[in-house]
Amino acid sequence: MNLNVNGDEHEIACSTLAELMAALDYEGSWLATAVNGELVHAADRDGWRLRDHDRIEILSPMKGG
Amino acid sequence: MLQVYDTEITSRLLLGTAGYPSPTVLSDAVRASETQIITVSLRRETAGGKAGGAFFELIRELGTKILPNTAGCHTTKEAVLTAKMACEVFKTNWIKLEVIGNHDTLQPDVFALVEAARILSNEGFEVFPYTTDDLVVAERLLEAGCRVLMPWCAPIGSAMGPQNLSALRSMRAHFPDVPLIVDAGIGRPSHATTVMELGFDAVLLNTAVAGAGNPAVMASGFAKAIEAGRLAFEAGMLEPRDMAVPSTPVIGKAVFS
Repeated sequence: MNLNVNGDEHEIACSTLAELMAALDYEGSWLATAVNGELVHAADRDGWRLRDHDRIEILSPMKGG
Repeated sequence: MLQVYDTEITSRLLLGTAGYPSPTVLSDAVRASETQIITVSLRRETAGGKAGGAFFELIRELGTKILPNTAGCHTTKEAVLTAKMACEVFKTNWIKLEVIGNHDTLQPDVFALVEAARILSNEGFEVFPYTTDDLVVAERLLEAGCRVLMPWCAPIGSAMGPQNLSALRSMRAHFPDVPLIVDAGIGRPSHATTVMELGFDAVLLNTAVAGAGNPAVMASGFAKAIEAGRLAFEAGMLEPRDMAVPSTPVIGKAVFS
């Protein structure tokens, strides 16, 4: 499956958002996720089925003004 | 004491967390400022990266309220999604709403800002909108559900200080009961004192502190300047006069010739 994660293309075999995050070593309670412009709550990642060409954003806290 | 939404704060300085030379310097500046509210943002995490986690721990240890921003967003959709993701991470319904409309000045896109403010307010967010000093936009933001306004006094990071005192005075006069926080453009403590003397309720700083030679000392200086301006406003200041007025009584003055 071809997925765009934080702007980078990945060819990866996974079926859910949680599997994708584990495969790419994204781990932490401070992460927020969105798929195709929609928020996906942490509790929903296990059941969130990914589709070819989905766009995934994985954000974390950063300094800001 | 200042009330923003349902939270009472005693410090009238809100401090940004960007641009400090090191995490230690940031922590020292936050503590020296005695701020109760710091601003943060969200950015893409790298695969396998733990940078966000380290920063998350740092800000939690500071013990202040956290005000996430939507910095860098250029559309209503981006800002609304970022606000929701910030809520997920920081467990707060506060959001410093920024929708940038101009790359050079970082001037807000006030049309998208109002739209985003309405959406987020309807979804239960307590919105702190970064706006201009335009009264009509301010009215629209209040109608959209905002109960705090954060006008700029100059472009973000410019350090130019208040560029339109007349507009700021008008804003204060038109919205006497709305908390007004000057959000951007402050460069020096004297700038902060000036807007506080006008009756603004608080000041949000970042670059002026982070970019100082000694951020912690500057943070302390700003805290004092903001308090001085507030005290002056509460005390009531003299209006300037065209002519000199002797301060020492004239009556009873000796006549030597």
